Amino acid sequence: MTVASDLITRAAAAPAAPARAPRRRSPQWAAWLFLAPVVIYLIAFYAYPLYRNLDLSLRHYTVRSFVQGGAPFSGLDNYRTVVDNATFWPALLHTVLFTGISLIFQFAIGMALAVFFAQNFKLSATLRALFLVPWLLPLIVSASTWSWMLNSDSGVVNFALKSVGIDPVNWLTSPSWALTSVIIANVWIGIPFNLVVLYSGLQAIPSEVYEAAALDGATGWQRFWRVTFPLLRPVSAITLLLGLVYTLKVFDIIWIMTKGGPTDSSTTFATWSYKLSFGNLLPQFGPGAAVGNLLIIMALIFGLLYIRLQRRQSL
Amino acid sequence: MKSQLKTGAGVILTAIMLFPIYWMINVSFTKDTDMRHDPPHLFPFNGTLEGYRAVLHQQMPYLGTSLLVGLGTVILTVALSAPAGYSLAKLRPRGGGALSFVLLMAQMIPGIIMAMGFYAIYLKLGVLNSAAGLVLADSTIAVPFGVLIFTAFMSGIPSELINAAEIDGAGTFRTFWSVVLPVSRNAVVTVSLFAFLWAWSDFVFATTLDGGGNQQPITLGIYHYIGNNNQQWNAIMATAVIASIPATLLLILAQRYVAAGVTAGAVKD
Repeated sequence: MTVASDLITRAAAAPAAPARAPRRRSPQWAAWLFLAPVVIYLIAFYAYPLYRNLDLSLRHYTVRSFVQGGAPFSGLDNYRTVVDNATFWPALLHTVLFTGISLIFQFAIGMALAVFFAQNFKLSATLRALFLVPWLLPLIVSASTWSWMLNSDSGVVNFALKSVGIDPVNWLTSPSWALTSVIIANVWIGIPFNLVVLYSGLQAIPSEVYEAAALDGATGWQRFWRVTFPLLRPVSAITLLLGLVYTLKVFDIIWIMTKGGPTDSSTTFATWSYKLSFGNLLPQFGPGAAVGNLLIIMALIFGLLYIRLQRRQSL
Repeated sequence: MKSQLKTGAGVILTAIMLFPIYWMINVSFTKDTDMRHDPPHLFPFNGTLEGYRAVLHQQMPYLGTSLLVGLGTVILTVALSAPAGYSLAKLRPRGGGALSFVLLMAQMIPGIIMAMGFYAIYLKLGVLNSAAGLVLADSTIAVPFGVLIFTAFMSGIPSELINAAEIDGAGTFRTFWSVVLPVSRNAVVTVSLFAFLWAWSDFVFATTLDGGGNQQPITLGIYHYIGNNNQQWNAIMATAVIASIPATLLLILAQRYVAAGVTAGAVKD
């Protein structure tokens, strides 16, 4: 859902600037009456859960006090516990690797496909639409399909490897491959987003620019690196930043495919935070919330960067 | 490169990209006894409908709940976001810009963290494991998006139209209900389709807020199937195929809206 939501939001965000047509200002009370439901909603169902989460991370909760209240304030203790935990550094590393590698591949493949589809051949529009399918499927569908495809004994991927003479890989059950496996699935899901945004970026480049380059004798390769790529830089920056925000918070795919395992080898902040709060018999709500809040901070930093970049471009 | 050659290459690339989906369909028709066959059956010849029969017998309540949750989320989302979009687009409230900013940021908050906050609140209110609670949580995915879409769409409505309605004596509410909302049909359709799809696809809120009880959505139906480790992969994949139907319909029915939204905003020229 994430990428889809954003793509269109971005579309929406741009023209949200004040309407230019001069007209009489309606009474403010009417304007706010129309806004009131959403404002109340945002406070009750966004701000309050986030506040609850912050509160969770600053108190020492037990299962009993979680239900009955009255947990003592403990300052940053939960954050200290989390940072000192043996899982912290591996989880941080996996978060960075998962996000970084996913982005590089999604972007590179998306770009290559966008350039390819921009050539407008027969059927290109239909095929491009078909590329959207992985993006629209429920994540549990994609994740469980990949789980079975990557199954060690009966998966079609290992069958394909075997038929070209490569030894089978324990994709999901070996600690050295689990992270790679979830990255592969995540790249597959993310390609359509990159393709669609970069494609629309390409459409905005006037054809005269290419004609001029062709007249100057530029080859196809030169045309891409000297003309397309530089002109596409603003769109690329936005695509990458947005992809970053959304890859940071990926939870479903990893949890469904590996549960962050084996032995934390594919644990990221998102899955770790869930595991602390819900994955054990004895829930650790405080530390779980602390990890979650660290994740929010990361996402919001890049989110702010993205909004800044977008504002600057639309001026 | 000749055009036909490019089309051929395009078809091959698309086939590679969509292979996992083909494989899901193929496995959904594979017999239990052939599931671990080596080499795997690449085509569903001589297949079985066992998987789909299992869906019919075991997954119908889950599908029903998902349908209910999806529709509930659509109604809540449109009811909240259409008036807000109108206000932001046409009534120019003071502080509207700040609100748009908050909505953009709200979309970036990881769902898993919202889920933890909701869990703490729901536990206290005693609304865990209810479809209504899930509707409320799922709507948080769609409401900010809905407001932004309605704002964008309604900014494009000519002010003359609204002025004319006001000259005819319609108040702000009447104008919104009888003029603005009817012409915003496309935005309503787009927001509804996406709200439905996200609620239908949601796993994070479902697993944290609705993991017990008898009102669980289809995503959890699949998840329990995998978790039970019953190795009935044809049933799991058959459920996955059924769960993909709304997404497929969306692509067929609303592709125009999606594409238009994307091209309008992704590039500033």
